[in-house]
Amino acid sequence: MTQLTVAKAINAGLARAMEENPKVMLMGEDIGSLGGVYRVTEGLKSRFGAHRVLDTPLGEAGIVGTAVGLAERGYRPVCEIQFDGFTFPAFNQITTQLAKIHARSDGQLTVPVTIRIPYGGVIGSVEHHSESPEALFAHTAGLRLLAPSNAQDAYWMSQQAIACDDPVIIFEPKRRYWLKGEVDEKTSPGDPFKASVIREGEEATIVAWGPLVPVALAAAEAAREDGRNVEVIDLRSLSPIDFDTVTASVRKTGRLVIAHEAPTFGGLGGEIAARVTERAFYSLEAPVLRVGAYHLPYPPAAVEENYVPDLDRVLEALDRSFAY
Amino acid sequence: MASRTHAGAVPSTLPRHQILDEQGAIADDPLLSPYVADVTVEQLQHLYRSMTAARRVDEEGTSLQRQGQLVLWVPLRGQEAAQVGSVWPTLPTDRIFPSYREHAVAFERGLAPSDLMRLFRGITAGGWDPEEHNLNLYTMVLASQVPHAVGYAMGTALDRKAAQDAGTPPETDPEAVIAYFGDGASTEGEIHESMVFAASYDAPVLFFIQNNQWAISVPFATQSRVPLATRAAGYGFEGLRVDGNDILGVVAATRYALEKIRAGEGPVLIEAETYRMGAHTTADDPTKYRERDEEEQWGHLDPVDRLRAHLRDAHGVEDEFFETVARENDEIAQRMRADVLAMTPPRFEDSFAKAYAEQHSLVDAERAEYLDYQVGFAPQDEMDTHDTRGAGA
Ligand SMILES: Cc1ncc(C[n+]2csc(CCOP(=O)(O)OP(=O)(O)O)c2C)c(N)n1
Ligand SMILES: [Mg+2]
Repeated sequence: MTQLTVAKAINAGLARAMEENPKVMLMGEDIGSLGGVYRVTEGLKSRFGAHRVLDTPLGEAGIVGTAVGLAERGYRPVCEIQFDGFTFPAFNQITTQLAKIHARSDGQLTVPVTIRIPYGGVIGSVEHHSESPEALFAHTAGLRLLAPSNAQDAYWMSQQAIACDDPVIIFEPKRRYWLKGEVDEKTSPGDPFKASVIREGEEATIVAWGPLVPVALAAAEAAREDGRNVEVIDLRSLSPIDFDTVTASVRKTGRLVIAHEAPTFGGLGGEIAARVTERAFYSLEAPVLRVGAYHLPYPPAAVEENYVPDLDRVLEALDRSFAY
Repeated sequence: MASRTHAGAVPSTLPRHQILDEQGAIADDPLLSPYVADVTVEQLQHLYRSMTAARRVDEEGTSLQRQGQLVLWVPLRGQEAAQVGSVWPTLPTDRIFPSYREHAVAFERGLAPSDLMRLFRGITAGGWDPEEHNLNLYTMVLASQVPHAVGYAMGTALDRKAAQDAGTPPETDPEAVIAYFGDGASTEGEIHESMVFAASYDAPVLFFIQNNQWAISVPFATQSRVPLATRAAGYGFEGLRVDGNDILGVVAATRYALEKIRAGEGPVLIEAETYRMGAHTTADDPTKYRERDEEEQWGHLDPVDRLRAHLRDAHGVEDEFFETVARENDEIAQRMRADVLAMTPPRFEDSFAKAYAEQHSLVDAERAEYLDYQVGFAPQDEMDTHDTRGAGA
């Protein structure tokens, strides 16, 4: 067991994957000498060499597009997109190429590309540095999506994503990069595409992922002080979504609140709400409620806390659920 | 200054234009010198004021950020000649599409320094009315503004043609458009598409690249084996390479380019070779990736020092002028600081009115929900949020 921050855990996970497989390589803007703007890849260029840690020219379509070719040639590239809002020059490569090559080739070609995207808000930055675009990618068949919330998952998911033969996008909770946690480097936590019940409860379920997991836990703790016993699920994987774990929890608690930083409209919360309603309709004591951002562009830093769900918004949704 | 070049580079034969040499003496440039032959000492003094005011405001920006008064600051130190020199020759009717470091461009267009700070204060994603100074907003997603500039230029050409067809006498100074971007951004695919469109439609646009040698930590050699100006030839238009720390060279190159553009010859590209003397932003630490030596070498090529030397040596401008300008610049910076400190955050609820030009039912509904939710926090409020919100959920 080691205490690591989320950023250092990703660094350790990438390093281990590179040690174990010479075909693993990293690509991205400023990831080499600088170690990335968040220092997630710090030290890896000097350790593994400039031929395995590429400070690429400044083009996201180029990064992901060449990663596809490298993957077809037998490499396992890990691409870093510098900030969520800069994913979109690569959107074509990700959605029309990377996601579809396995299907298009009738399964002949695999493209095991990992894309790391530091995502989410409340970091007090300027435009395009705080977005949560996961739904755009979840909607695209052929991509797997992971969202670690803690150091242990950050360490293992980095390696599991690289080992996976499908393309995997890892949404890294950038405002939690400095969150410390225990990392067990010996035992793998198992299937990364399964949700995890991280706090047991009987009266309501909160589903969250990535940066909102600590908020969901804090909400459950606050509810306990009001005498309410709330279960918390860290969804971990956004495609596929482990509906079995969520449904089983809701069958027990009868109430579900889903919290995400992305806007509610068209967000993953809607998909989860619909599936749970279809599967557990007679167990529900209240409609499934969602807490997300508004149907607005991410606002300026000065008012971002009104936009991104916080503890109070989650508690208010819980209250509403209990009021039924 | 020899920047590190790519190992496989084919040497470029493109000349590098310069009018003020490293010591501030006039170096004759057969193509470009005539374009600045008429520049007076008063005009040079104006250029000096603009460059040093921008530098002073830039320093104040860094200090405001350090004091927690800005969320981020993007220093421009070193690029004053490239910026002021390329915008000073424009007409008010020319539209400017900046990237995000073009503070001196913005001030020279007439934007108040404090208006520019709104964005960096984290209270808006814009900060000014683009029509007021014909200055588009900053764009954070690299290269995205460049096709917009080309499209805008295509629009001015279409308007001109429509006017001609209607028998209106042609304007003496047709509009031109400038698209600013950096050496790093030049790699993005949108730059290639912009150049093809501009060439295809003879768009009256100047692609103005500030090659400051770095894209955060990535040196220019990673982006290109050759000067970026050489790329223009591949699209079939002219590319000029100019010493970007030479104010007169930049003015001359820009005047030359604008003349061609206004004459209807289509796009021109200028690559101003300069140096980002400071950090990429206040969040950056250049000691991680570049040598002090390099910074010192470029320090000797400081564009402000060069113009000061020229004013002194060639025009006998005395210390008093420089001292007065420094005092005025301090006042500009202090005014800017006071304005920034007085800025108040926007009301979040106003965001709902800005997302769409026309009414949108979802936004209206969410605004109502938001206001209702806020009422729940009002201390005097007795209302039970369960009852009012539950039913509609
Ligand atoms: C599409 C996109 N990718 C990445 C970034 C992050 N980023 C911001 S500035 C920068 C370097 C830009 O270098 P350059 O174009 O040379 O301009 P300079 O900063 O030197 O003025 C990077 C990678 C971004 N803003 N947009
Ligand atoms: Mg640059």
